[in-house]
Amino acid sequence: MAEFRLPARSKVRKGRTHPASGSDARVQRFEVYRFDPDRGENPSVDTYEVDLDACGPMVLDALIKIKNEIDATLTFRRSCREGICGSCAMNINGTNSLACTRAIDAGRRPVKIFPLPHMPVIKDLVPDLRHFYAQYTSIKPWMRTRTPPPPDRERTQSKEDRARLDGLYECILCACCSTGCPSYWWNSERFLGPAILLQAYRWIVDSRDEETGERLDDLEDPFRLYRCHTIMNCTRTCPKGLNPARAIAEVKKLLLSRTL
Amino acid sequence: MSFRTPLSRARGLGAAGHGTAHFWAQRVSAVALIPLSLWFVYSIVAIADARYEAVRAWASQPASALLLAVFVVGVFYHAHLGIQVVIEDYVHTPWLRVASLVLLRMLVFLLAAAALFAVLRIALGS
Repeated sequence: MAEFRLPARSKVRKGRTHPASGSDARVQRFEVYRFDPDRGENPSVDTYEVDLDACGPMVLDALIKIKNEIDATLTFRRSCREGICGSCAMNINGTNSLACTRAIDAGRRPVKIFPLPHMPVIKDLVPDLRHFYAQYTSIKPWMRTRTPPPPDRERTQSKEDRARLDGLYECILCACCSTGCPSYWWNSERFLGPAILLQAYRWIVDSRDEETGERLDDLEDPFRLYRCHTIMNCTRTCPKGLNPARAIAEVKKLLLSRTL
Repeated sequence: MSFRTPLSRARGLGAAGHGTAHFWAQRVSAVALIPLSLWFVYSIVAIADARYEAVRAWASQPASALLLAVFVVGVFYHAHLGIQVVIEDYVHTPWLRVASLVLLRMLVFLLAAAALFAVLRIALGS
């Protein structure tokens, strides 16, 4: 059956508290998920107090400040700090988002930071995304053609055809949508999830691609595609403002249109 | 410890090559059940206080018998499609999944046949 309760080893315990040093500072509490595979202990939630007057505005700024000044053992992925690499995807106050583009919700309530849901955790906020990336590889996300490329120029595309890739090419594969999808939680072994299905659609609608039918064949499966029940958590959570649910619906419409 | 590559795991057994017909049948039966359900609820409310003979007379009229037959078949068909999806979503133990899918189909078939038999028996009289 689907697992609705955490395994005993994954039960989260209360962790340590690192109080702020200054007294008149604008202090914000951060509750951060911690897990260290080498210690053989259950995960815990550590509390850090950060002076917002000495910290940047984004959640990633706070995490970097914590790592630099309070607790160097805190582990997380980050790179571009401008929402284009997708490394710092995590669950912030219950919603999957990019720490670098998500402003700190300052106030008395603590900011809760957890790794992406329902993924194996490697350490602290670092999830194991190997299966997610392998699923991306499995859709062969490159242009597949039979016609040889023109010798003297690139493959051309009309402005209208290019416009159909808008809202799709911006996806940075941060995995916020897929790890926010209950169908992906229960069936990620076979369900491709919103991110990968949006990427698949990106190649299906590309006017230069010549294997549209093969791409649709590869998706026509009760689990790979039809585990999507259109609850639209993906669209709600996407930090880039994209609409994976619409892309999935378009794939379903195309599959239908070849049978009717 | 598994030495399978992540890609081998992701590609799995390949695409089953179906699912679209199921998806479409679920939508179409849902839309068809909207007017049928409205008619059914309206009829039940209308004969709520009627006596046994009156209800029997109503059910044996050709129009109501036909609509009742279509309604029960539609309801059980749609229920089967929906519950199948729920089982596929949540039941992950292989033998349990297969067993529940087979059992579901048998149960729905039995219930649909029983309902249809009742409608026909009243309509054709016996």
